[in-house]
Amino acid sequence: MKSRKMLLAIMSSLLVIAMVGCSTSNGGNKVSTDPGTATTTGGKDLKGDITVLTQKTDIVDTVFKDYAAKFNEKYPNIKVSFQALSDYEGQIKVRMNSNDYGDVLLLPTSIPLADTPQFFEPLGDFDEMKKQYNGLEERTVDGKVYGIATTINFNGIVYNKQVFEDAGIKEAPRTPEQFLTALKMVKDKGNAIPLYTNYAAGWPLTQWEADLTTVAGNVDYVNVTQPTSDDIFVKGQPHYELYKILFDAAQQGLIEKDPLTTDWESSKADLANGKIATMVLGSWALGQIQSMTTTPDNIGYMPFPTNAEKVIMPLADDYTIGISAKSSNKEAARAWVDWFINDSTYPVTEGGGMSPVVGAELPAALKQFEGTDIEFQFQTAAKAGQEGLVDKIDKDSEIGLWQPDFKKRIIEAAIGNKKETYDDIMNDLNEAWNKSRAAVASE
Amino acid sequence: MFKNMSYKNQRKIIIIAFSLIPVILLFTFAYLPVINMFKYSFTNWNGYSPEYKWVGLKNYRTIFTDPKYFTVFKVSLYYFVATFVQMGLALYFATILSFKVRAGNFFKGIIFFPSLLNGVAIGFIFLFFFKPDGTLDTVLQYIGLGSLTQGWLLNPNLINISLAGASLWRYMGFNFIIFLGAISSVGKDVYEASDIDGANKWHQFCHIILPSIKRILQLNLILGISGAISAFDIPYIMTGGSNGSNTFVIQTIDVAFKYNKLGLASAMAVVLLFIVIVVTVIQRLLVKEGE
Repeated sequence: MKSRKMLLAIMSSLLVIAMVGCSTSNGGNKVSTDPGTATTTGGKDLKGDITVLTQKTDIVDTVFKDYAAKFNEKYPNIKVSFQALSDYEGQIKVRMNSNDYGDVLLLPTSIPLADTPQFFEPLGDFDEMKKQYNGLEERTVDGKVYGIATTINFNGIVYNKQVFEDAGIKEAPRTPEQFLTALKMVKDKGNAIPLYTNYAAGWPLTQWEADLTTVAGNVDYVNVTQPTSDDIFVKGQPHYELYKILFDAAQQGLIEKDPLTTDWESSKADLANGKIATMVLGSWALGQIQSMTTTPDNIGYMPFPTNAEKVIMPLADDYTIGISAKSSNKEAARAWVDWFINDSTYPVTEGGGMSPVVGAELPAALKQFEGTDIEFQFQTAAKAGQEGLVDKIDKDSEIGLWQPDFKKRIIEAAIGNKKETYDDIMNDLNEAWNKSRAAVASE
Repeated sequence: MFKNMSYKNQRKIIIIAFSLIPVILLFTFAYLPVINMFKYSFTNWNGYSPEYKWVGLKNYRTIFTDPKYFTVFKVSLYYFVATFVQMGLALYFATILSFKVRAGNFFKGIIFFPSLLNGVAIGFIFLFFFKPDGTLDTVLQYIGLGSLTQGWLLNPNLINISLAGASLWRYMGFNFIIFLGAISSVGKDVYEASDIDGANKWHQFCHIILPSIKRILQLNLILGISGAISAFDIPYIMTGGSNGSNTFVIQTIDVAFKYNKLGLASAMAVVLLFIVIVVTVIQRLLVKEGE
């Protein structure tokens, strides 16, 4: 009998512990109460613990630790800790349902603009801040800025200059015809895959969409013209022309032999070593590819081919950084954001693009274009009331402008796996777009 | 205190105390999400926003009126056929290895091994296996069948067969081990008696083994068929559903996380749940009639 009593006692105490464990919430931030540290100099006034979320799993324990150390020289009383999420976009969305999603974080691209104020703290007035930073339009709601770009990417095509030279291509192609001819010359030479699509990984195909502005030749097209137009996938429209290049290249056998078994990691090395001639990727990839070869000068960058009168290389924000509306140390978090953008080297080194700070100098890969007719421009922001409209129509219609799905379909059709033509696919997308545009407009 | 209670009451308290934690866990992690899934299926929730609207049956109407949501079930047919091949092979190996075979335990280990591997690892193994000049092509060339090599995933007529083959390899070991367990529960004396009566191995299989594992066979079939309807991991990891290998579950995930339509995706999950229930019931009825 005695042993049974013991057992019960253990059982019930276990239960009690388990329940207490459930109800304890540890949400409170511990603010240092040491009286000796409060001094009058600006940086030292701010104190508190902040948690910074990042997608950079590879450098969170190295480069970011160094950043924190440098940051602490200026703000000794702010304790910065990092959390890296490997599938940032997927995990952060789930965490944002709770109140605990760090103090400083990257604004997930899948959160529509209109929903931003629910989750994030305003950083300032757009009219004030635009004197200091570029690319704020992406996360500005009602004149308030919610996110600053961690770096600014430019979009086009990464190519191996040596492969082009060996194939006898004198200068970087400017029009789609010249581009396809160049690819053919690479193929005839036989040493390299002319255009690597990274079909299997899928997401690299979404990089094509970033070049829409180049094909349109107009910075207003994406956010201003597009959401108010029907029939954006018919012949002559930028989308049709953009993906026609992908279709033609695939149909003429200018892409990899078996798209279904491609591998992203090895594709970077292959481009670096001249086994691949071109890939359509944002500037962020340039540094990664150059680091894989002993002759990084061979890796060049060119604008996407276009028939437009002027060649615009579109600039676009990478992830923007902002402050959680649920943060209890907003001032400390703000100090980190300002420091990270202005004083850390992240935007140009690890970020691999341009600094968002107004007046920052062009990165090396773009210096070659200084003085040419190639322009670097941001896309015009959507008109008031139309923010996020393209995205809304896109999601409703399940077209997936920024998803690999229809790009894969185009490749499948081009290599003869599907009995549909390019026009069939475009018609489908066009119908879906028109239908959803009407549906979203009537909401 | 407990000493004074009646035996009946003590028993009650013990039972409650022991089952409380598992029941709480089961409820929070199994039933609550399902209840929420039903709830979300009537909303237009996007998956992260604190607000959503009730839209009634609109999501269900979308699923049943737009053919693109249902055509993917064609792909399930490949996995359905593979299920029977899988059962046949598992039963065959289980029967053979239940008799005395040289290095029997070694073969049992080999057949069961894939079930221990992680699905993602298997996906990558088979990506290398089906690659041009990958494992399969190399082996074919080595044995002089080089003319048969082709794009195993590239060819739209072959891709689902290739993928179903990979998932057969992955899941057969599990069926095999269950069959083996069931077969080994048949008493030795029954075989001995049949030996004396002059039965050969085939007779033993038809008249002793099959009838005694009938229940297990049914169970495996139900598991296999509902698995075929909701095929997911192998095609998702290997192709992401491209080139005509899309399945209903992959599509559900895409709708939920690529297009932020969690309401619609929940409705799709509910529909899938009911399809699996209906198929299982039909199967039970058919088997019962045969009895």
